[in-house]
Amino acid sequence: MAQTWHSWAPDEASTLSLGHGHMGIFELADADENVLLIGYAGGSSQEGLSGSIRAAWANVPDASLVRWEVTTSYWSRYQECLMRYQATHQTLPPHNTDSPKGRLSPHHGS
Amino acid sequence: MDLELTHEQSLLVDTVRRFVETEILPLELHLDPDADEIPAEDYERLCEKTKTMGLYGMDIPPEYGGPELDLVTRTLLAVEMAQHRAGLYAPCYGVFGGAGLAQLFEATDDQKARYLYPTLAGEKKGFFGLSEPSGGSDPARAIQTKAIREGDHWVINGSKLWISGADRADYGLVFARTDPEKGRGGVTCFIVDTDTPGFHVRRIVHTLRSARYATELQFEDMRVPHANILGEVNKGFAIANDRLTRQRIPYAAGCIGVAIKAHAMALDYVPERETFGAPLSSRQAIQWMLVDNEIDIRQALWITLEAASKADRGEPFRKEAAMAKLVATEAGGRVVDRCVQMFGGFGVAKDFPFERWYREMRIRRIGEGPSEVQRHIIAREILGSSLR
Repeated sequence: MAQTWHSWAPDEASTLSLGHGHMGIFELADADENVLLIGYAGGSSQEGLSGSIRAAWANVPDASLVRWEVTTSYWSRYQECLMRYQATHQTLPPHNTDSPKGRLSPHHGS
Repeated sequence: MDLELTHEQSLLVDTVRRFVETEILPLELHLDPDADEIPAEDYERLCEKTKTMGLYGMDIPPEYGGPELDLVTRTLLAVEMAQHRAGLYAPCYGVFGGAGLAQLFEATDDQKARYLYPTLAGEKKGFFGLSEPSGGSDPARAIQTKAIREGDHWVINGSKLWISGADRADYGLVFARTDPEKGRGGVTCFIVDTDTPGFHVRRIVHTLRSARYATELQFEDMRVPHANILGEVNKGFAIANDRLTRQRIPYAAGCIGVAIKAHAMALDYVPERETFGAPLSSRQAIQWMLVDNEIDIRQALWITLEAASKADRGEPFRKEAAMAKLVATEAGGRVVDRCVQMFGGFGVAKDFPFERWYREMRIRRIGEGPSEVQRHIIAREILGSSLR
């Protein structure tokens, strides 16, 4: 299935156009696009993706880039991204503490 | 024929109903609207409670430590357990336990020791691997995954699709073709450890049920010991078929539970909500929706209980189980749809459970055999050999 990531943007202010209602997932990365944190804005988030990204940005000082995907399947996509990262790197992104619920086989998907 | 619940059934139904109201509904207020799990500490605490109540693992046969409850009673309780936001696919978030993969009760002693008992103890999880990209409704013909014998092992190659829980399972039941000439008589069921070389969870498949995804599996020269065959070589279709038939009754019960809850919420709401100076409940359009809900729920409940009753009596219940699955999933969809309509904007907002029920209930007309296959099964049962 084709995913619909917004391209990497230089700061969290880029997400302001999202408004407050969007659910979805996001990734924060350093300047070399190394993912530092995978997060999501769920159905009960107060300010949707923009608010969740702003809050996460404040807690990841080395973040330089952000990308996001608007989706109502935020929970399963969040799990999928964690699993893909873990399958590729054998570890979680440095700022993620929740382990994914399952596991994917390595070296597949993007 | 007695349509009254027995005293014991009434007590059990009331107990589970209170449990849902006092333990599950308050927890859900603090969960993501799409959550299908509760925090581990709550899970452990509530499992202890259901064990104390004597209702943990009620689908486990008594000889394996489960409570001795007939299927009618278990169906009544399954209806109660589904009456919350996550109730359709995660009734009470699993704190009443489960029987795991019931086919393992027919396993060899060695297989029981390696898979069944650890599953019942909550130490291992399994998945059921039947459907393939080539189809799921006609497994006898659609199964293209092949197993070829090499000495004491079988080498399995192929893929599976729409498999729930394979990414977090320790083992699974995998159906593979062991005789390409024999159709349904050429399928064998293998117990496969998920750490077997050649076992791959290739991708996540996202669906309307965003709380839980399906997976696509691939098997590449996966070597499985002959000792891991469940049942006999080329007798796997009967195992799959038995599972599909039995699963239809609790599947129907979950739909009925959600429909009852949605309908009850609508009954509370429509006298309070006013339009043009009068409560919604005074509008005939609304009254008829409520009447149709009542009829849909009652039909589905009695048909499902009849199927459970026949199973309890040891009579064939394939036709009745198919009818229960067909009627309950379609009735549940209609009831939830009407409730969404009555609640208007709130019906589609994540603040309320209707939007989740609406999405998940749609899947129920497809999962575990779509409505058309249920009708096909019923037609085959009532027409008998003249249809073949």
